[in-house]
Amino acid sequence: MLNISHVSVTFNLGTVNEKKVFSDLSLHLDPGDFVTIIGSNGAGKSTLFNAIAGDFYTDAGSIELNGQDVTFAPSYRRARHIGRLFQDPMRGSAPHMTIEENLAMAAGSGGWFSHLNRVDREIFREKLALLDMGLEDRMRQPVGLLSGGQRQALTLLMSTMNPPWLLLLDEHTAALDPATAEKVLEITRKVVEEGKITTMMVTHNMRQALDLGNRTLMMDGGRIVLDIKGEERSRMTVDDLLAQFKMGAGKNLDNDRMLLSD
Amino acid sequence: MSLSLIQTALELGLICSLTTLALFLSYSMLNVCDLSTDGCFTLGAVVGAVVAISGHPLLSIPAAMLAGVCSGYITAFLQTRMGINSLLAGIIVNTGLYSVNIAVMGGSSLLNMNKTDTVFTMVREALSNTPLAGQNKLTVSLIAVTLLVILLTLFLNTRLGMAIRATGDNPDMVRSSSINPVFTTTVGLCVANSITALSGCLLAQSQKSVNIDLGSGMVTIALASLLIGRTLMGKGSILTQAIGMVVGSFAFRMVYTVALRLINKPFLLKLISSLIVVLAISVPYLKEQWPTIRRRLAWRKEKKVC
Repeated sequence: MLNISHVSVTFNLGTVNEKKVFSDLSLHLDPGDFVTIIGSNGAGKSTLFNAIAGDFYTDAGSIELNGQDVTFAPSYRRARHIGRLFQDPMRGSAPHMTIEENLAMAAGSGGWFSHLNRVDREIFREKLALLDMGLEDRMRQPVGLLSGGQRQALTLLMSTMNPPWLLLLDEHTAALDPATAEKVLEITRKVVEEGKITTMMVTHNMRQALDLGNRTLMMDGGRIVLDIKGEERSRMTVDDLLAQFKMGAGKNLDNDRMLLSD
Repeated sequence: MSLSLIQTALELGLICSLTTLALFLSYSMLNVCDLSTDGCFTLGAVVGAVVAISGHPLLSIPAAMLAGVCSGYITAFLQTRMGINSLLAGIIVNTGLYSVNIAVMGGSSLLNMNKTDTVFTMVREALSNTPLAGQNKLTVSLIAVTLLVILLTLFLNTRLGMAIRATGDNPDMVRSSSINPVFTTTVGLCVANSITALSGCLLAQSQKSVNIDLGSGMVTIALASLLIGRTLMGKGSILTQAIGMVVGSFAFRMVYTVALRLINKPFLLKLISSLIVVLAISVPYLKEQWPTIRRRLAWRKEKKVC
């Protein structure tokens, strides 16, 4: 589904602030993979996501999505097939527009001059009801009035409205309170399973990294130092994971937000 | 105050409310302060006047609007493709338009339309035997404003209109909806500037002359009207807000007319409009800051420090 081959990314090339994030990074994802990613600070997890989504073009290498070469496709083109959630719940929706208008933008159906109609509203209402947050009765309220958790759930709904080929979740529950985070995670699990969406999720919770999905990557200094799946992964404990990381990266995992317990 | 003064305020307010509606699109929706408004207003006026003088009063309106679209496109191109800051792009286009406008007028800085057939003279003839006789200015401007309010409201509720609103609100979200914010910014500025040009075209024809300074200060006047309208009508639906723009323009003209009557110095218009903009933006800000300022003052007094 996703094929990253020999990608290099350097920021501020040719200046004193030059920073090599990746050199010759390759990664292959099968359709339906749910990959969790953990790693130390500055390992390049978010940069990897930004490169896949097309916020910038890579210096070398190619990115293929479902057989299409998207290496130089602008981010808004890739967004047709890539859904994306950030840590900041405010980034995914327009605060001064109503819930239904935000959903209409995400649905993207109809021509440029089409208006929201009753059929659209009915569909939106049904989808919102699935979130079980009472949003279906607040469709004409501006999104700015929602709480962080509600906005993140709405963004999740928006980015999976037209099932994407790839869903990128960049610590999307990290800014929420534990109960809401649990709920948003539950919705995520449901949406991903039902749509069989290929998903990549950055998390700082080691337990979560092992519990969710079918494959786990550990990153450090722009490299993938550990890639486990299947039998090996299902037997692994958090302690094993830490030991493996030390072996792969040659140092202890340092992530100031890493949660070792659950 | 005499009735004719109110009528003049109403006519001017209505014609200039078109520019306010244009800023409503660019400033309130797209979050771009389009400083090419002054030049574009004059551009619409001179293009409309030249076309009317050449004997096509009806054609003058689409011609002026088309000129506005071009001006808006250039402003948008500079800020989306050339890496020029949006305020600077507006100022650059505004400066360039000064020369363009004089060129359109054939090198002169003043055109007279006393004997020209304009949209207003055509309507005056059409209304000559009806109860509305003599109200041609009011009729034309009322029709134009009503049409524009309805069309703009419909437009802003289409998918394209929503994308334009979202661009000013959260460009990230527009991108993730697979829409290019460059495209929405360009369309928004083209539409806004065509409305500004229409406003200039109508003002020139209603006063039967156009000079190169017709549009100077228009952006501040329109911004003042916009802020007054927002205060008076609040932030309801798009239609309410659009009507608020018209109400604001009229209220501004009334304040201006009264102020002018009291001090009898027409050249103060621009200073008054600047003051209104300053007050409209700073008062809500200061109101928010006031408790902190008061606490700090009290603290200074108590501690005898500064």
